[in-house]
Amino acid sequence: MDELLSEFLTEANESLAELDNGMVRLEQNPNDPKLLSEIFRVVHTIKGTCGFLGLPRLGAVAHVAEDVLGKFRDGDLSVTPDSVTVILGALDSIKSILGFLELNEKEPDGNDDEIIAELREIADGAGPETTLEDMEAAFEAASAKPQEETMTSTQEIQAELDMAVAAAKEESAAEPVTEGKKLGRRAAAAEAATPAESKIANQNIRVGVDLLEHLMTMVSELVLTRNQLLQMVRGQTDTEFSAPLNRLSHVTTELQEGIMKTRMQPIGKAWSKLPRIIRDLSLDLNKKINLKMFGEDTELDRQMLELIKDPLTHMVRNSADHGIESIEARQAAGKPDAGTVTLKAYHEGGHINIELSDDGAGINIEAVKKKALDTGVVTDSQLESMTDQQVLQLIFRPGFSTAAEVTAVSGRGVGMDVVKTNVEKIGGTVEVSSTPGVGSTFVIKIPLTLAIVSALIVEASDQRFAIPQISVIELVRAAGNAEHTVEMINDAPVLRLRDRLLPLVSLSQVLRLDEQEKEFDTETETFIVVSRVGTYSLGIIVDRVFDTEEIVVKPVAPLMRDIGVFSGNTILGDGSIVMILDPNGLAAAGADNSSVSSAEAVADTSSAVNDESTALLVFSSGHGAPRAVPLALVARLEEIERENIEISDGKPVVQYRGQLMPLVLSHEDQSVEGDGKVAIVVFSEDGRSMGLVVDEIIDIVDDVLNIEITATQPGITGSAIIDGKATDIIDAGYYLTQAFNDWFQSQAAPTSAGGQPKRLLLVDDSPFFLNLLKPLLSAAGYHVTMADGGDEALSILESGGEFDIIVSDIEMPGTDGFDLARACRSDDRWKETPIVALSSHTAAIDLDRGREAGFTDYVAKSDRDGLLSALSQSLTLKGKAA
Amino acid sequence: MTTTKKSGDAAAEEKHGGQLEYVTMTIGGQWFGIPVLSVQDVLGPQNIAMIPLAPPEVAGSLNLRGRIVTAIDPRMRLGLPKREEDATVMSVVVEHHGELYSLLIDQVGEVLKLPSDRFEHNPASLDQRWRDISTGIYRLDDRLLIVIDIERLLNFESSVAA
Repeated sequence: MDELLSEFLTEANESLAELDNGMVRLEQNPNDPKLLSEIFRVVHTIKGTCGFLGLPRLGAVAHVAEDVLGKFRDGDLSVTPDSVTVILGALDSIKSILGFLELNEKEPDGNDDEIIAELREIADGAGPETTLEDMEAAFEAASAKPQEETMTSTQEIQAELDMAVAAAKEESAAEPVTEGKKLGRRAAAAEAATPAESKIANQNIRVGVDLLEHLMTMVSELVLTRNQLLQMVRGQTDTEFSAPLNRLSHVTTELQEGIMKTRMQPIGKAWSKLPRIIRDLSLDLNKKINLKMFGEDTELDRQMLELIKDPLTHMVRNSADHGIESIEARQAAGKPDAGTVTLKAYHEGGHINIELSDDGAGINIEAVKKKALDTGVVTDSQLESMTDQQVLQLIFRPGFSTAAEVTAVSGRGVGMDVVKTNVEKIGGTVEVSSTPGVGSTFVIKIPLTLAIVSALIVEASDQRFAIPQISVIELVRAAGNAEHTVEMINDAPVLRLRDRLLPLVSLSQVLRLDEQEKEFDTETETFIVVSRVGTYSLGIIVDRVFDTEEIVVKPVAPLMRDIGVFSGNTILGDGSIVMILDPNGLAAAGADNSSVSSAEAVADTSSAVNDESTALLVFSSGHGAPRAVPLALVARLEEIERENIEISDGKPVVQYRGQLMPLVLSHEDQSVEGDGKVAIVVFSEDGRSMGLVVDEIIDIVDDVLNIEITATQPGITGSAIIDGKATDIIDAGYYLTQAFNDWFQSQAAPTSAGGQPKRLLLVDDSPFFLNLLKPLLSAAGYHVTMADGGDEALSILESGGEFDIIVSDIEMPGTDGFDLARACRSDDRWKETPIVALSSHTAAIDLDRGREAGFTDYVAKSDRDGLLSALSQSLTLKGKAA
Repeated sequence: MTTTKKSGDAAAEEKHGGQLEYVTMTIGGQWFGIPVLSVQDVLGPQNIAMIPLAPPEVAGSLNLRGRIVTAIDPRMRLGLPKREEDATVMSVVVEHHGELYSLLIDQVGEVLKLPSDRFEHNPASLDQRWRDISTGIYRLDDRLLIVIDIERLLNFESSVAA
């Protein structure tokens, strides 16, 4: 292709992209003179160049567009959405002509009479049809007007240019073309000279993408060879190679960084089309939508940019289409008329975070459920056991989006599942969160570059593997006697990490590295790589952990692409080939083990902070109904040999972690004599442990704890339907006191000034929790009165109950915690009484709500220690105030 | 990258006046030939790293001057018995759709120039598995040489459990 034409095409395409954004901005700032001049100048340049290159069709459209823009600039015509739409339409026509031009090196046949007529109409709206002479006059008038001081020389040249073009219409084309060319170059030069507005054109060079790719590959090989050399020299002490090698190493690192930078482009490039898309959508859908973009300068690798462009566009369209409500709906909800879609990009660690949020209606969980059922992605029974957070994840499942969702974005069927796949293909993650009525947020995390990543080298069954650093959250060492131990639930290994259950997969098992499947030994030392997979965490059991290395990622051979657990392979410094693991793939492979998936489900639900259900440990003890205890109370699950149980003071004990742990039988027929193992549920507090002997641990279930029948038997609080079966909920407190009479008297009793115990009103609609907390609080020295729910609490207060402090649950039927707090605060009698809230919701938003309602403090339900310290703190404060 | 091998064959034919050059090799006692221009490298015994969960034909991967090459054991495809534990293994490196593959063989033979008019189509009596991966045969004085079609040998997508 003619070089001139090719350059023209590149520049024209860039200009048109600029113009798109320019017009959208113009719509919002119709009287910005700078903007107007800029836009005019760009169209003018296009028109001029069309003349030189003999592109009449393009020239005609550009010419008329320029007329309209000229009138905008001169104030003869006001900028209206309609006129902007028509101009944008003209730009689209120009784009399609350019497209044809690029492929066929000539203009398409036909004409653009329609769009030209539309433009003419708008132009004529202000006055008589513009002729060339009028344009000249307008120019002279314009140059007489006080425009940008820096523009004067360009103006003169433009005027000359137009006169030359005008002259050309009367004479033959040849001469003025060369004349025009010269003028054109001068104009370009003058433009380049104007500092403020022009691009720093002369300091940039266009480089072909192929050349950069080639350089990148070469540098990657250099990095590998450098690593090899370093490896070889590592063993030896100072040789003559050390110094030059060090130098080479530094130079290579700098070269690597430099080359990576050449490929870095600001993410704004991927966002450039979005303002126009949003504008068009808002008009189409009759909504008001603002697009806010932050961090457009954040840079990422060109390759990533290409891969992320379409998914982002799709998601933005979704937000505008489904997220933001109509104007009426927003008004009804008390929101501002215009919805806002916000894009934020920033660096974090070795990757880029892109947040897309909207202040719309949030993702409709019910709609997702229905759609999932309709498209067959889940079954009814599966849906029942899902939390809202899990339901949200369904939008990423393949098959979820139906054909009805195919938009014109890319012409391909782009659904959220494709977005997720594309993001994951490049080693990234995508997460969604949504609050009904408030909005939704998507967070995409992608590595800075595909080519060279940091990876953790691990070993399993004598083979080494690499795990990308981006997926690794932490490393845990587990052993029989260490702080963390791997526990077995239903033959599946799990790890209890900071009150959460982490499902585990054994690398050796999933990859079938051993000839025979080895039984998992919880005693030997292993390492667990905690990695993030979507919304939950997964622990990968490995034998050894080496260090983190920078590796060059090479894609796996096509044969192996279906395996799923590998995201690539690499050559380490010592020349050995190591597979790179994909935690997503491992999770999928490990999910064949049903216990893993149920542990996952528990981990999922416990992190979803669902106030409806409680995690319960279900076990069997004797004949009769299964029993359950809230998982939050359980410290550990153990299996001990019967022969290790000794009798002390008439009671069974076992040596456990260097201490004597008393055992309590959960039913009479249990025996601690003989052989075999027994299952123990361990409760711990303050350094003391107690083991409840059970027959068999059945499962961990997440269910609503609704105690229907209260019991008369000691040790049982009542019965509830757990997982479809009638289950006895045990009173942990009873068993604890069986082991240690003084279990609950471990703390010094706080007393009021007069040496009297503090009077405490405990409010909760769950008799189980009332019964559990009362002994705890009594032991701490409080005089506890229980109220079954907010209503009873109020009536107790009304009938003259006096209390030093109130502890209340939040979620209660009828009068809830907030209502109770508000009622107290608005009454003189109890305005000063500290009120502590107990809840399973502990997000910042809940803490704020709590404080607003009048709570003095806010504690998580499972945090017993926190409760006691909150109580003493609140009382001390009050004491000070009084 | 490298040019397509098919045109290379034609070029070779022209150069040698109606003769085609093959690298010959034995696998399980049978002689095979691969057009010389398709062969990138011939390697001695190599350190092959096992790839977990790989299909049975894949013996593993090896490091060839910084490039990762997938090692394939054609014995599976050809229906030949597994190799003896301590037998010598050599490799012939070929390229297929931009990726390098190393075919494990027993011994490499000479490079033979054979007249194209002696090239025969596979006889019906030839084992089906061999017919699947070869373009034809040469009846030499003392042996049968089966010409391997790299494209079909490495086309794993279409091969269901052979």
